[in-house]
Amino acid sequence: MTALVIDEVSHRFGATVALNAVSLAVAKGEILCLVGPSGCGKSTLLRVAAGLEPLQVGRIALEGRVVAEAGKAELPPEARNVGFLFQDFALFPHLSVLENAAFGLHRLAPAERLPRARAALSRVGMEEMAQAYPHTLSGGQQQRVALARAMAPGPGLFFLDEPFSGIDARLRRRLLEDTWRLLKDSGSASVVVTHDPEEAMLLGDRVAVMRAGRVLQIGTPDAVYRRPESPFVAEFLGEVNKFRGTVGADGTVETALGAVPAPGFAAGTPAAVIIRQHGVTVSMAETAPGSSVPVVVSWVRPMGAASLILLRRRDAGAGDPPIYARVPGRLRLAEGALAYAGIDRDEVFVFPAETPKSA
Amino acid sequence: MRANPDRAWALFGLVLAAAVALPLAAVVWKAFAAEGGFLGHLAETVLPRYVGNTLWIVLGVGAGTIAGGVGAAWLVSLCRFPGRRIFEWALLLPLAVPAYVVAYAYAGLFDAAGPVHAALREWLGTDGAVSWYPNIRSLWGAVVVLTVVLYPYVYMLARAAFLEQSVCVLEVSRTLGLTPWGSAWRVGLPLARPSIAIGAALALMEALNDFGAVQHFGVDTFVTAIYRVWQARGDATGAAQLALLLILFVALLVWIERASRGRAAFMHLSRRYRPLPAYELKGWRAAGAIWFCCVPIFLGFLLPAAALGVWTLDRPEAFDARFWRLAANSFILASGAAVLCVIFGGAIAYALRRSRRNRALRAGSAIVGLGYAVPGAVIAVGVALILGGFDRLANALTGGASLWLSGGLFALYFAYAVRFLPIALGAVESGFTRVTPHMDDAGRMLGYGPGGIFRRIHAPMLKGSILTAALLVFVDVMKELPATLMLRPFNFDTLAIRTYEFASDEQLKLAAPGALAIVAVGIVPVILLSRAIAKARPGTVNESSAAIQALRAA
Repeated sequence: MTALVIDEVSHRFGATVALNAVSLAVAKGEILCLVGPSGCGKSTLLRVAAGLEPLQVGRIALEGRVVAEAGKAELPPEARNVGFLFQDFALFPHLSVLENAAFGLHRLAPAERLPRARAALSRVGMEEMAQAYPHTLSGGQQQRVALARAMAPGPGLFFLDEPFSGIDARLRRRLLEDTWRLLKDSGSASVVVTHDPEEAMLLGDRVAVMRAGRVLQIGTPDAVYRRPESPFVAEFLGEVNKFRGTVGADGTVETALGAVPAPGFAAGTPAAVIIRQHGVTVSMAETAPGSSVPVVVSWVRPMGAASLILLRRRDAGAGDPPIYARVPGRLRLAEGALAYAGIDRDEVFVFPAETPKSA
Repeated sequence: MRANPDRAWALFGLVLAAAVALPLAAVVWKAFAAEGGFLGHLAETVLPRYVGNTLWIVLGVGAGTIAGGVGAAWLVSLCRFPGRRIFEWALLLPLAVPAYVVAYAYAGLFDAAGPVHAALREWLGTDGAVSWYPNIRSLWGAVVVLTVVLYPYVYMLARAAFLEQSVCVLEVSRTLGLTPWGSAWRVGLPLARPSIAIGAALALMEALNDFGAVQHFGVDTFVTAIYRVWQARGDATGAAQLALLLILFVALLVWIERASRGRAAFMHLSRRYRPLPAYELKGWRAAGAIWFCCVPIFLGFLLPAAALGVWTLDRPEAFDARFWRLAANSFILASGAAVLCVIFGGAIAYALRRSRRNRALRAGSAIVGLGYAVPGAVIAVGVALILGGFDRLANALTGGASLWLSGGLFALYFAYAVRFLPIALGAVESGFTRVTPHMDDAGRMLGYGPGGIFRRIHAPMLKGSILTAALLVFVDVMKELPATLMLRPFNFDTLAIRTYEFASDEQLKLAAPGALAIVAVGIVPVILLSRAIAKARPGTVNESSAAIQALRAA
């Protein structure tokens, strides 16, 4: 059963278009991640779906029931049975952790409320802090309490708005894992908003990449990562090199890293070639003639698990673009060394050249 | 669908704002709809004196409060010397004493018949008056009195500004080659300038509002003139014209305050705070600092309070049945006004929260906010004009001849609401800033409607702010003099009125018990304020906005 359907929803704040005809569906038990740069409309989409922002254009259905449709009375947020986790957690400072967790249980019989709240707290490992007040908790603890509070009433749908942005990087990975498990165990559908592509790919069964109020691409993390349908999606999901060129008569585009095949492009069309930085290989010797280009190493930074290397073609002119490579491990290359750079075909994407306006 | 209740709340807020604006509009209308050339007559005779006195008060009190307030704030926030922790809150004590009470105490102590002059004569061995002995009942006396009670406005805001300053900018100026004092002078002080301007503007608004002190010292200002023209000559047009002129003075101060408030934002570029560097003062420097902090506390609080205490002990019979009846009257007025202001101020704050984007409502609340700047005498004229007009209309319709509204307590409550609603509104609004919009949203997502959110989230979280608002209004009404004097019903006296009347009859010792009672009540919010200061860590709360709220009230 489809837990959430968003149908052609558009939204404006004054003259600013926040959402532009967005449609998507989330299945029961599924986690969908909305990812995009700040201001792309992902949080607005969540708030409109939750009823916190009045719907302007389009239609929203929760668990097969239309809750909002343009021009009609919409179901108020308190009646939508949606759990919402806010970026700042929005714990009530005047209530203890237990009272916070019990806040949404007022429709239960009084005797059931506290046991339910306690159960929710123990699921997130916070039962021992039940009597504490929110201001005494760390960021990670607040996140857990907020999650328990949203889960306690057993909503059919979870919305999480940047749930990890305020959390220390070290702690984030563990919280992410725990949160994934809790969301999966609940059996409800979840929509998670994040600006971090790695977080989105870790959490989501599917990922929707948004930009300027539109969903550009939606699919499994692997599909979106392996087969980006636009330069923006390719660039957003990883560090890249970007080259411009024209498709030649032989069906390839010439780049600083050699010729790249552009199947399906007519000769003479301008194209943008995106090569992920870890798709650039660096070797001391030329492997096979024609598969690599001679370069000079101009800068090397070891970054622990990988090294970032800035390369320049040996025959480069002043205006030629720099080439960045991320290679695993520590590369014993001195600055100024001569090397050969090749490319991993899986990490190369060719798109029609963007018009300057959308670039 | 969901926009409708929001719109109803906005409309409600607008209606309240309009009611508050009405008296001011009446003053302006009356001043311009004048038939005679009263103002022309005034301009030829006494007006230059009013303007001159008012200007001297603005200049003198402005310079005095800035010098004393900034100096004291500087010492307690940037230096370390014995007693600093005590001075930090004790410097606020003069806020508890209304200017007119200090004026009465000083008149009793320092005038030609007072104990100070007598002691001086004995010491010099002269029988007659000491020729160079200054006359406290003068313009400079009024300036001194107003300065020693109003400097805490500047002190409080300057101190908050110094504490809020990012240490980073002070440190960066050190790395750029300035000495500690040089960096404080060239970076610290300029950064605090907007806050100092706000504090001085607030202090001067109070100075322009003062009636009791200047009246007692025989200094003619706009407020005393309005009172005289209104009360003695019953000349509404003249009073309105004078009130309009006074409003122009006040408008200038409001403009300074608002403009500085915008600029005060430049204090907050950096969000990193560390304890301020402290300069250890030793020897004569420490003694000088202690002396500098003691003088204002002594002049503004200890001396007048001690004088009132001694005189009160002298006259135990003053606590008679009459005294308690007046105290009850004061209580009725103050508690009624407090409840009124909290309900209406809370309603406007709630409406503002529900429809944040409603421009008309925001403009309306800004008008409400201006009430604190308008002198009580001006508000009294406006309220009397409005209610008098209403009574005439009602009498014309019913053919009767009665005082429907203007003769009773309603007029007083109306005037108090206009003047003190901003305090309640400000306190509740600043309480609402702790309730983030996401908390409302979270409440909705957890199944509560707006009513449930108000009961379960807003009300418990705002409890403290609401109590503070009520307390501040209560104390202010207790102290209020000019509007109460002009609007009270016949034979309805309060402690403040009785104190004023005794003092006017030169029975200063009989005035002491009432004055002392007013000071005792007034000290409660000062204690709360100093406790808040002691608790607040710099950077955790926006101190200067909290200070503005608190001071506007005190």
